[in-house]
Amino acid sequence: MIENLGPQLWVVLPELLLALGAMALLMLGAFRGQGTTGIVTGLAVALLIVVGIVVLRQQGGQAFGGSFIADSYARFLKILAIIGSAATLIMSAEFLSKPDRRIFEYAILVLLSTLGMLVLISAGDLITLYLGLELMSLALYVVAASHRDNVKSTEAGLKYFVLGALSSGMLLYGASLIYGFTGTVSFAGIAAATKTGSVGVIFGLVFLFAGMCFKVSAVPFHMWTPDVYEGAPTPVTAFFASAPKVAAIAVFARVALTAFPGITFQWQQIIVFVSIASMALGSFAAIGQTNIKRLMAYSSIGHMGFALVGLAAGTVEGAQGVLTYIAIYVAMTLGSFAVIMAIKRNGQSFEKISDFAGLSRTNPLLAFFFAMLLFSLAGVPPLAGFFAKWYVFVAAIKGGLFTLSVIGVLTSVVGAYYYLLIVKTMYFDEPLPTVDPVRIELRTVLAISGIFNILFFAYPGPLVSAAAAAAKSLF
Amino acid sequence: MILPALFFYLFAAVCVASAVMVIVSKNPVHSVLYLILAFVNASGLFVLMGAEFLAMILIVVYVGAVAVLFLFVIMMLDVDFTELREGFLQYMPIGLVIGGIFLFELLLTVSYWVINPSTPKAITAAIPTNVTNTEALGLVLYTKYIHYFQLSGMILLVAMIGAIVLTLRHKASVKRQDINVQNARTPEMAMAVRKVAVGQGLQDTDAAEWVK
Repeated sequence: MIENLGPQLWVVLPELLLALGAMALLMLGAFRGQGTTGIVTGLAVALLIVVGIVVLRQQGGQAFGGSFIADSYARFLKILAIIGSAATLIMSAEFLSKPDRRIFEYAILVLLSTLGMLVLISAGDLITLYLGLELMSLALYVVAASHRDNVKSTEAGLKYFVLGALSSGMLLYGASLIYGFTGTVSFAGIAAATKTGSVGVIFGLVFLFAGMCFKVSAVPFHMWTPDVYEGAPTPVTAFFASAPKVAAIAVFARVALTAFPGITFQWQQIIVFVSIASMALGSFAAIGQTNIKRLMAYSSIGHMGFALVGLAAGTVEGAQGVLTYIAIYVAMTLGSFAVIMAIKRNGQSFEKISDFAGLSRTNPLLAFFFAMLLFSLAGVPPLAGFFAKWYVFVAAIKGGLFTLSVIGVLTSVVGAYYYLLIVKTMYFDEPLPTVDPVRIELRTVLAISGIFNILFFAYPGPLVSAAAAAAKSLF
Repeated sequence: MILPALFFYLFAAVCVASAVMVIVSKNPVHSVLYLILAFVNASGLFVLMGAEFLAMILIVVYVGAVAVLFLFVIMMLDVDFTELREGFLQYMPIGLVIGGIFLFELLLTVSYWVINPSTPKAITAAIPTNVTNTEALGLVLYTKYIHYFQLSGMILLVAMIGAIVLTLRHKASVKRQDINVQNARTPEMAMAVRKVAVGQGLQDTDAAEWVK
């Protein structure tokens, strides 16, 4: 009954490394004091890179009786989550260098949150899912409030915590119902027990999905997003918008596709509704925003709606679309936040959209890259964002979801309006004083994400085929 | 066979009685003490059922930690409970009506309730007879479910780091105990012998030095 532990540890090697590394860095920071913030952050990035390489080289397999799955789906998304975490840690360097914010625990919490994401992505049963989710979220609540002398940051942390606890409760309630009606917590077991849906299981499914919709900030569980994005320090917002979204979408798709393939029709309706509502709200509510971080929050709600379009299809192609979408989304988001963090005048950061006025004349390169990223977020061909939308909509149309696709395309047109408004502000408004020289780490992240975004159409092969292989391992 | 039944009724009666006292006692500290009594009796019931692990956990966690925490909070917060009870009679009729409706619904539901005879078998795995339940839990907790156990540990670590990050502040004005400094203190550093001139007493300057 009890398998040999040795081979299983190889399967969880990346998680093991990350956990041990995080604890070692914690000791370093705790004994050497806050002066080690820079070193701890640097080592944390190095650790993430090592873990990423280990994930890449991993054989794959299952551990602990199937409750931990390391397949190529998990590998693809883990790499993505690690890239998101590492990039945001690099971008946080300046934020952490200020004397009043020198907290080495920030990097440790990001590492532990990433550990939660990796566990979540590999979850093979409901208990691992819950533990991974809590580990990820708990660390996120703390980093949201990490600038604790700032009222908005504290408010963001508290709001996120209270609503997150509520959503965890719903998720647990759903999980317990599903366990009650199927008699098992493992996804494979649930799939075998739900060849036909009973009312109890569907009831549980709804609660489970509600909990996960909260984590991906899909409508109607999106209320926390704008406030938390606005209140949290900008590097933290960049982190929230990238890595946790990857993990949450990953587990959402895995649960839907591997645990409930027998009742696809039932959950499809939920996803279709959630995705339409998210796309619509993301497009319309963003129009009136003046704060760029709030705008990015609504934008991310909309993008999650688009990603869920692929999931709604419920096919291999749909899953592939979701994976491609989320990969391109992470690249675009990291680039955009690098620009937002770069808008500083005399060391003071600015968050209003009007602060971007005339950027094209004071800093043309920055303005060009940001414009390209915004076009891409809007889905203008031939940029990466267009292809992301293309793959999910093709999957949806092949799955027969015509209404969803039409609404999706229409809302993306509405969304284009507010992205273009920023471009207009940058290119046609009266220029404000020039911005401070952009720090090297922001420039690097922006350059990589910008070039990926512009040149994706020329060489989409590797990402698309990796996503295809990853999606196949789910079915 | 009469002894277990006797104990069951003893524990059950005290448990119910103390549960009632939790609600009706005027002093919140008494409420918490009755709550502890209820927990202890409930754990006695668990022992009678053969769930000795659960009984011990109930004592350790609920009595040892949760109830003591309650006591702490109640004693630290100055809540005026008589103020909270104001208007009790005024709201009682509507409370009674709502309570009555709930009771009616509950009775309606329970009276139609038929438990499928195969259910108890379906929801419980075979209970091994040769190990105690502490042993049985230990056998799987650190082997089959080791990763759950370790992950929970990581979550607690995050909670601890979070609490420290968000609340710990080093203020210069707060005096802290440093045992090394205390141990290194010698009588010469702590005492000074002065000659006091008659009729003059200690000068202010001397006193200031003394305080240092």
